[in-house]
Amino acid sequence: MADLRSDFLGIKSPNPFWLASAPPTDKQYNVERAYEAGWGGVVWKTLGAEGPPIVNVSGPRYGAVWGADRRLLGLNNIELITDRPLEVNLREIKEVKRKWKDRALVISLMVPCDEESWKDILKRIEDTEADGVELNFGCPHGMAERGMGSAVGQVPEYIEMVTRWVKQYSRMPCIVKLTPNITSILPPAIAAKRGGADAVSLINTIKSVTNVDLDHFSPFPMIDGKGSHGGYCGPAVKPIALNMVAEIARYQETRGLPISGIGGVTTWRDAAEFMALGAGNVQVCTAAMTYGFKIVQEMISGLSEYLDDKGMAMSDLIGRAVPNFVEWQDLNLNYVTKARISQDDCIKCGRCYAACEDTSHQAILMKPGRVFEVNDAECVACNLCVNVCPVENCITMEQMPLGEVDPRTGRPVAPYANWQDHPNNPAATAAE
Amino acid sequence: MSNSQLTPGIAPGRLPADVIARNFEDVDPPFDMHEAQVAADRCYFCHDAPCITACPTSIDIPLFIRQIVTGTPEAAARTIWDQNILGGMCARVCPTETLCEEACVREAAEGKPVEIGRLQRYATSVAMPKPHPYTRAAPTGKRVAVVGAGPAGLSCAHRLAMKGHDVVIYEARPKPGGLNEYGIAAYKATQDFAQAEVDWLLQIGGIEILCNQRLGRDITLDGLKAQHDAIFLGIGLAGVNSLGIPGERLDGVRDAVEYIAELRQAALPSFAVGRDVVVIGGGMTAVDAAVQSKLLGAENVTMVYRRGKDRMSASGYEQDHAAQVGVKIVYNAVPLKVIGTDKAEAVEFAYAVDGKPEAETFTLKADQVFKAIGQMLAGVPDGLSVEGGKIAGASSGIWAGGDCAAGGEDLTVTAVAEGRDAAEAIHAHLMART
Repeated sequence: MADLRSDFLGIKSPNPFWLASAPPTDKQYNVERAYEAGWGGVVWKTLGAEGPPIVNVSGPRYGAVWGADRRLLGLNNIELITDRPLEVNLREIKEVKRKWKDRALVISLMVPCDEESWKDILKRIEDTEADGVELNFGCPHGMAERGMGSAVGQVPEYIEMVTRWVKQYSRMPCIVKLTPNITSILPPAIAAKRGGADAVSLINTIKSVTNVDLDHFSPFPMIDGKGSHGGYCGPAVKPIALNMVAEIARYQETRGLPISGIGGVTTWRDAAEFMALGAGNVQVCTAAMTYGFKIVQEMISGLSEYLDDKGMAMSDLIGRAVPNFVEWQDLNLNYVTKARISQDDCIKCGRCYAACEDTSHQAILMKPGRVFEVNDAECVACNLCVNVCPVENCITMEQMPLGEVDPRTGRPVAPYANWQDHPNNPAATAAE
Repeated sequence: MSNSQLTPGIAPGRLPADVIARNFEDVDPPFDMHEAQVAADRCYFCHDAPCITACPTSIDIPLFIRQIVTGTPEAAARTIWDQNILGGMCARVCPTETLCEEACVREAAEGKPVEIGRLQRYATSVAMPKPHPYTRAAPTGKRVAVVGAGPAGLSCAHRLAMKGHDVVIYEARPKPGGLNEYGIAAYKATQDFAQAEVDWLLQIGGIEILCNQRLGRDITLDGLKAQHDAIFLGIGLAGVNSLGIPGERLDGVRDAVEYIAELRQAALPSFAVGRDVVVIGGGMTAVDAAVQSKLLGAENVTMVYRRGKDRMSASGYEQDHAAQVGVKIVYNAVPLKVIGTDKAEAVEFAYAVDGKPEAETFTLKADQVFKAIGQMLAGVPDGLSVEGGKIAGASSGIWAGGDCAAGGEDLTVTAVAEGRDAAEAIHAHLMART
């Protein structure tokens, strides 16, 4: 069994799997169940300022998008931050942390954007012995209308300012949780770093409407005939999250800033992918809300088996794919592959043919007896056939060796060359 | 050899050798990776899953299936073996249709459960060629005797070895495996799987198997007591029930268990079978004897059970399988006598209501008659308490499990669970004394 013990900003946990600040971490009862199930840490659901508690809707809070067999692919919510009294949360946090010393416990915070409010809440949580704070600059619904959450996260100057206050009034490690509801993730990340953040966590949820009730003509979740946008999460948002994590991990000014990866992590593989792209640990919510806390067992066994198979330590994995995340212009334009269809595995559904013939390059031949073969003279190696094939590994991409003639172009496969010095590039610098 | 299905009496080679070989191929061929992925994808990962509750060894089925889905079949196998070290054989022989798969919520929803048994076979098959995943704890210096190398004994021995104890298994037959080796239909455990699994299990180390050591003949309980710190009895049910009807001793009348055991050890094409075979009984042994007789080329095979279909202990799935290969099943009839002069020629039955014979009778031609009306405890050493035909409870350093012990059904998987639990109890007992 590989060693999965994690040290994120000096916060130690038995594994890198934390529960994200969300409904599953709103109460002592849930959090203790999570720890019992094996979760390495939790970020307690966002606490607000002292005062009358937040009020939630009493109609549906969640909407969903499903795949085949009603597999939940995306979840959208309009729930606000914790609606329990501050002192109850603080008492429970303290109790939980005392009881579970080996687990990480970070407190998520969201208070109005003024210095006094932040100073006050930081003072109030000091006594809990929690391991750190996470600043919720991400929540895109409800709280944003009140000038908090993503309303802060969309303004880099605010991020920097509040982060600075937090670092000034607290000695706790500070994680800034970023919203994806922006055009580039880099300015918010840079702002967090400038403000003194110890880490960023991302992504928070994406503004969304999951579906529309076609009888009542209202977006869903529908509250008395009306709907409001929610925050989208789950497997569907993973690709967006991976890109944003990787951008921060590779960008010169943010490189080295610790990242807690969030967004659709469901299996050990998702977690490993986030870590390879630079996340020091991961946070999970939707998978737990879909399947229960027990899923962490698969994440633990899977990551452990993967690291053992690779002979790698977890530290070898973190950031390992970052150097390979490049700009398009750095890609090797002389790299040639061709699709190969395994006739033994082919079930003759013809989806590759339909996709290629109708929408791509007419590079798949349909022969008598429903035999599907690749025509190398037309195949541009787009990978669409691989992606639409229902049988995993039935269609694979095979690399053409250097020097072999590509029947499509009639030219031999040449060594590495990218767009930057390609003859068709008007901006290319001449080689001579 | 020019025998055919019509050759009178008991004769080998009723079908061409290649046909017999084909008949005895794997009844439920293993999943390939694609099939496993598609099947595994159907699992809902239920909370407090009914399939786990239905499994006598309480394997965490949703977890191991999820581990298959995420491409880690070795982790899946480990999840299986943590609870059931003979998970490979159980994947082949468990009546899953009355256990985990019957409990599957998709059985309720669609009448099509997740194929748990075949997924278990997939995971264990992928992982078995890899290094044995368990290691032994520091040696305790304790030595435990396990009597019987069947599922209960092997399961007990492995768990004890894992805990750091040294184990000697005393097995009465020439080979280990118990009913896995001698009592399961050949098409359920092809390619000598029972021995392969024993070899794999022994890789943990610290287990010695001594064959041809029958309790009461070659070894005694007192002798074992003198040389070991604890004893586990997994001796199975060595005796068979008799019909108690005239003609039972005629040639051609045999115990089904003995026939199945011989068949498992034989070269199948040269194994003799009757033209007209009658099997008396309604359990798994009866089905295995009947089906295999048919596969060997018997012209007519009839299974006769004294009660109705719903009372038969062989599952609906097994009954259907028997019917599919051409076995005729007669319900509600009890045997009156085996007819014949020096060998069996026919069996006379009376129609019955709830197992009680009525006046009307019928006769079935039979040159071979298999008795499969249950096994019973035999060869129990003096001093052990026997209740209801089973060894009851543990007594002064002696534990029992599997078919010979009270509690649970007489299933491979139940034996594995009892062997494992006995090992835990023995371990607690031995360590408490030190």
